[in-house]
Amino acid sequence: MKISGDRIFNVVSAVVAATAAVILAITAYTLATGSAPILQKEGLSFFTGIMWNPNPAHEVFGALPYLEGTLVTSAIALIIGVPLSLGIAIFLSEMSPATVRVPISYLVELLAAVPSVIYGLWGLFVFRFYVKDYLEIPLNKYLGWIPAFKGTPYGLDVLTAGLILAIMIIPTVSSISREVLRAVPNPIREGAYSIGATRWEVVSKWVVSYGRSGIFGAAILGLGRAVGETMAVTMVIGNSVGPDAIPTSLLKPSQTMASLIASNVRDASDPLSFSAYIGVGLMLLILGLSINVIAQVMVTRLLKVKGGAVE
Amino acid sequence: MSNYAVRRFKDRLFFFLGIACIVLAVLPLGSILLEVIVKGLPTLSLNFLTTVPGPGGANVGGIGPAIQGSLILIGLTSLIGIPLGVLSGIYLAEYGDAPYARVMRSLNDVLTEFPSIVVGLTVFLVVVLKVSGSVGLGFSPLSGAIALSFILIPIVARTAEEAIKLVPNALREASMALGVRKWRTTLSIVLSVAKAGLVTGILLAVARVAGETAPLILTVLGNTHFFEGFNEPLAALPLQIYQDALSADPGIQARAWGAALILILVVLSLNIVVRLATRGRMGNSGRK
Amino acid sequence: MNVEKREDPGMSEQERQRAPTDEFAMNTTGSMDVAPKLQSEGLRAFFGKNEALHGIDFSIRPNKVTAIIGPSGCGKSTFLRCLNRMHELTPGAKASGQVLLDGGNIYAPKIDPVLVRRRIGMVFQKPNPFPTMDIYDNVAAGLKLTGMKKGKNLDDIVKNSLQQASLWDEVKDELHKPGTSISGGQQQRLCIARTIAMQPEVILMDEPCSALDPIATSKVEELMVQLKGTYTVVVVTHNMQQAARVADFTAFFYLGKLIESGPTASLFEKPREELTERYLTGRFG
Repeated sequence: MKISGDRIFNVVSAVVAATAAVILAITAYTLATGSAPILQKEGLSFFTGIMWNPNPAHEVFGALPYLEGTLVTSAIALIIGVPLSLGIAIFLSEMSPATVRVPISYLVELLAAVPSVIYGLWGLFVFRFYVKDYLEIPLNKYLGWIPAFKGTPYGLDVLTAGLILAIMIIPTVSSISREVLRAVPNPIREGAYSIGATRWEVVSKWVVSYGRSGIFGAAILGLGRAVGETMAVTMVIGNSVGPDAIPTSLLKPSQTMASLIASNVRDASDPLSFSAYIGVGLMLLILGLSINVIAQVMVTRLLKVKGGAVE
Repeated sequence: MSNYAVRRFKDRLFFFLGIACIVLAVLPLGSILLEVIVKGLPTLSLNFLTTVPGPGGANVGGIGPAIQGSLILIGLTSLIGIPLGVLSGIYLAEYGDAPYARVMRSLNDVLTEFPSIVVGLTVFLVVVLKVSGSVGLGFSPLSGAIALSFILIPIVARTAEEAIKLVPNALREASMALGVRKWRTTLSIVLSVAKAGLVTGILLAVARVAGETAPLILTVLGNTHFFEGFNEPLAALPLQIYQDALSADPGIQARAWGAALILILVVLSLNIVVRLATRGRMGNSGRK
Repeated sequence: MNVEKREDPGMSEQERQRAPTDEFAMNTTGSMDVAPKLQSEGLRAFFGKNEALHGIDFSIRPNKVTAIIGPSGCGKSTFLRCLNRMHELTPGAKASGQVLLDGGNIYAPKIDPVLVRRRIGMVFQKPNPFPTMDIYDNVAAGLKLTGMKKGKNLDDIVKNSLQQASLWDEVKDELHKPGTSISGGQQQRLCIARTIAMQPEVILMDEPCSALDPIATSKVEELMVQLKGTYTVVVVTHNMQQAARVADFTAFFYLGKLIESGPTASLFEKPREELTERYLTGRFG
């Protein structure tokens, strides 16, 4: 029996559809083998050490500060960005007049279209000074006794990086939260209104609690974005290395895993220090992937219900 | 009724809080656009857009190679990424119920959210490095395009899948009932109906990729000259912005803003045009 | 074409067309004096594990309009979609049994369903012209996309098909307007023309008027009657009056079974089964 065009088309497209899988596999394999030398030399202390010295005479590589830098800046992004995004999502889905809904959601989405390197440029020459003058100096002056606000207000530090990340995750988190809120069945709202609840009460007590797990998923997806974001952070975080990069204060230069690779990898001169950067890349990959898998499971599970309507 | 007054007050407060959130989110966008225009506009001239960058000081030069490099990269990336992405999307939309397709769809979604610096690192190891086990292309346009297409493919696949799924099943059935084969139905009927959505998705994806910087650091490296061949490093707008921004020379910093203005003009105008066009189309077809 | 026409040396093509002129040539038990164009034997259809058709034996005469009626969910559309192997395109759907087209089983293992569909065309409930094509291309689409246009004059075929679909006079000056720009009734006739262009032997119509207004409906009904001169027409309808107006033969389906079939007049006037009578008198459905 001759092979039909349909069969060929099916098989060829199925093979091409595996492109993403192949890229993932290549990445995982390459980073795993590439980081083998550093993991052999440093062992567990690659993850727990804080010293980073590529000088061949005293080579030592500990990646803990960058993991901490990533987690702290991402945490700031979530603390600031998620409430803002949720506010936007609630406003757009529950309160705004229809006429402004489209233009506003559109403006918010444009935030996602701005290239990361332009956020970095703006952060480096503009935003940094706002952060320094209006946030860091007062915080340091009045709350400087708290360790988190110790240091010299300079604007190229953990706080600025975290705030830029907060801005950058807003479009993702707000648009997914909006979809989640839209998926909340209308009878839930009507039921609440019918017993005399105000809009605030309806939203805070019924709608948000109904969409809770989806909103949580949206936040996790935002966290994934923040963890992997490279250029904007690289340009404003101050790029310190070793123990100096440990984010003990918001007003301290630091380093994330992504920014470490972006700012330093080109200068890696010997195989071992290059392997160290690959090791950091592997850590970033594992962290980013696990966050995204969790987020996708949470978001898709919630939105599936709605998506079934397509014929 | 004081309880009612409190409740009403809370409700109003809530409304204004919502507006405050939007203002706080849109403010950075406004500031970015304003600064890029104010700081970038003075640098613009035909000369700036067409000449090579100078060493700084009195000779700042232009961003010609960066513009050229970005165009080359976008072209090569589209050539690699769009066919693979669209074909993946077709498969996911038309044969997407199989367990295999579900797995591929999830992996595609995972790749969409990949840290872009990791993509650059991988392509550097697999494609750029001239050692055994690597393709050994060196810092070159093709290396950069491969890295960028790793980012483009999953986005295009996803938007293509969505656009194709929007095509009513009735049209597939109409074609199949004429005795047209499924592959022919897909390529000639389904794709042509999905075309507008496909083009929209592809343009937005290309706009996104045009601004990517991190994957380029380790793959095209940057260059102060115009295209020198397929085995040589290449300049690119986002790289130019990154490198110039880190300079202490005010003239070179201004060059970064000029390059940023060009990049943001391209990226945002693509976004705006595409979305306005989409809205117009939806308004028309929404009747039937 | 893989589906072989059954050789029947006893009857020429003209005879075959002339033979069944007497509407009452078929007796009440359903046996025929002419070879059926289409014949299902023990046809069962499934959606996943649900059985939608429980073994249908039914013969369809050449050059007649056969109507299939029954309450919604009775399996009449499923039956129709089994006749040109469209049913199996629904994910999870399967069919078993036989459907004989001129005596050849279209469910035989070596038969290519795509080629079956070229001989048995289908018109759907909602008009579904290809929105990105103009009127001309909509009619020519089947020939172009199946590679069958070679050596044929497309202009003639398009004109001919539109004429047979009684649409030519209305659209001859705007053949290059989008297929979706004309009225719903015209769109449905365009879909009929698109089917005719493939020169099928049988045209299946799945509630072709349910989305149309009364005037457009009567035009399509007239058309069905005209078409039987050249084609065998099978129409599924939930509208009993429509069946009475256009069909030579009518079959009544209920809960996935063929309850009764026969010449339309006798089925409507003297149904043999109580179920049929209850349905025809509007007591359920």
